[in-house]
Amino acid sequence: MSVLIFAEGVDKSIKKSSLEAVSAGFALAQKLNTETIAIAIGDYDAVALQELGKAGATKVIHVTAGVPAYPSALAYASVLAGAAKEVAASVVLLSKSALGDGILSRLSVQLNAASATGVLAVPEVSGDVLKVRKSIYTGKAFAELSLTGAVKVISLAKNAVPLKEDGVVATVESKTYTVSDLAGKLVHQKEEKASGDILLTEADIVVSGGRGLKGPENWGMIEELAKLLGAATGCSKPVSDLDWRPHHEHVGQTGVKVSPNLYIAVGISGAIQHLAGVSGSKVIVVINKDPEAPFFKAADYGIVGDAFEVVPKLIEAAKKL
Amino acid sequence: MKILVCITNVPDTTSKISFSDDKKKFNDAGVQFIIGPYDEYALSKAVDLKEKNNATIVVLNVGGPETEPTIRKALAIGADEAIRVNATPTDAWFVAKQIAAVAKDGGYDLILMGRESIDFNGGVVHGMVAELLGLPSVSPVMKLDLEGTKATIAKEIEGGKELLEVSLPFVAGCQEPISEWKIPNMRGIMSARTKPLTVVEPVAVEGNVVYDQFSLPAPKGAVKLVDASDPAKLFDLLKNEAKVL
Repeated sequence: MSVLIFAEGVDKSIKKSSLEAVSAGFALAQKLNTETIAIAIGDYDAVALQELGKAGATKVIHVTAGVPAYPSALAYASVLAGAAKEVAASVVLLSKSALGDGILSRLSVQLNAASATGVLAVPEVSGDVLKVRKSIYTGKAFAELSLTGAVKVISLAKNAVPLKEDGVVATVESKTYTVSDLAGKLVHQKEEKASGDILLTEADIVVSGGRGLKGPENWGMIEELAKLLGAATGCSKPVSDLDWRPHHEHVGQTGVKVSPNLYIAVGISGAIQHLAGVSGSKVIVVINKDPEAPFFKAADYGIVGDAFEVVPKLIEAAKKL
Repeated sequence: MKILVCITNVPDTTSKISFSDDKKKFNDAGVQFIIGPYDEYALSKAVDLKEKNNATIVVLNVGGPETEPTIRKALAIGADEAIRVNATPTDAWFVAKQIAAVAKDGGYDLILMGRESIDFNGGVVHGMVAELLGLPSVSPVMKLDLEGTKATIAKEIEGGKELLEVSLPFVAGCQEPISEWKIPNMRGIMSARTKPLTVVEPVAVEGNVVYDQFSLPAPKGAVKLVDASDPAKLFDLLKNEAKVL
């Protein structure tokens, strides 16, 4: 028996959300009285892999051979299925992402497992049943689910469980597993990615701008504030529809859902579709010149004022932090 | 060419969500139901492809008779025929099994649906369907061009996009800006009434997920306003009161 956690990476290091999944896996393994095993696929050095040990894994399976050079849900699902069977995993944990859920969907079929995505806490154990909580209706409600059967596959929402940092030095084993032929049918051409930026979905702090900023030429101050705070930048749907900002920055019901510690919204009125994308945030700050903006009702802190006056002052204050 | 578009019947994005007193059921009183927004992108893309590739679009929904107005809307937008699997969905696995059962012998070249439903937000049905049918799948797809049997796809990844190629048949979970939503015209609305809508009974599925209960978030306290003349005060509060800096 074991709890197996898939560690997703970015730029050769393990993503914070995956380390959270390992920490959740460790907590769950304690309850199940079993081992915590992480699996990393791709090019990671020993230092990166030991982050998994710190987060709670006692063993790390490292797969480098026989897998595509680019993240592939199809290939990774077959690798995870092989590993899960080998280590007799009763639970496979992933962090919620397009890749994570792409893997989860196939893996749950291959392992004939109960599955749930975007789970908000370490599952509770009740005999052979795992009880999990997840957000539904895009953040407007919650559901409690019971997962039955011998194997469960679960993805964990980001920033939902605290990171464990006092784990052990994990043993690392290099392994290979059979990759499904289907994976080869998706032919990777290239990746277009803004490099060096903090990933919106991984960021502890997000600074978002809306139509109140009047045009893409005014994003400099949003970027500057974000940089000073170590934050990622986001935007509202109208802003991405107008092509002021790329679509992958669009936060909301039909865009990216974020759950940072701090979400700062500048010049965004707070349409219900935007709120749906930020409801998982721990603290929300709204800056808007309209005191009647609906976003203030969902905010913890607010400043009623013109973004073009308030943000430069915030930038000055942030320099002194 | 034959395209299967799977749609969900979900509460309008502006709906106020509530549940029955025993927290077991969604309260649909006064709620307007729509085609899932992501599914509508899938349907719109199918309509684009139909115009260029002389395709037939079959729209599929797993749901009770109450979903038929939503299905008729999809027919008005441009689907040629519809299939309703007569069952109330219980979870992603149940829905995926129903879709796979319909698609198995249907000879579809392409299976499109939204990247996720906006009610349960699972985002796994397309992958499950593809796995059940032994097909490749891609999600979330923001661009899809078809040249013969070869598709060029832009898939959104964190911080950017990945471009890839795949041959028909495959399954795609769609999102904006794959296509513009289509507004049904009068001719579409009239013809939708007479387009075939076939009702099929569900296949048996052994479930392993039970929804025990639903709840709403705790109401948010009042916003704490900081004077615009002293925004530095905000960081003080975020640091020492909220402890997020």
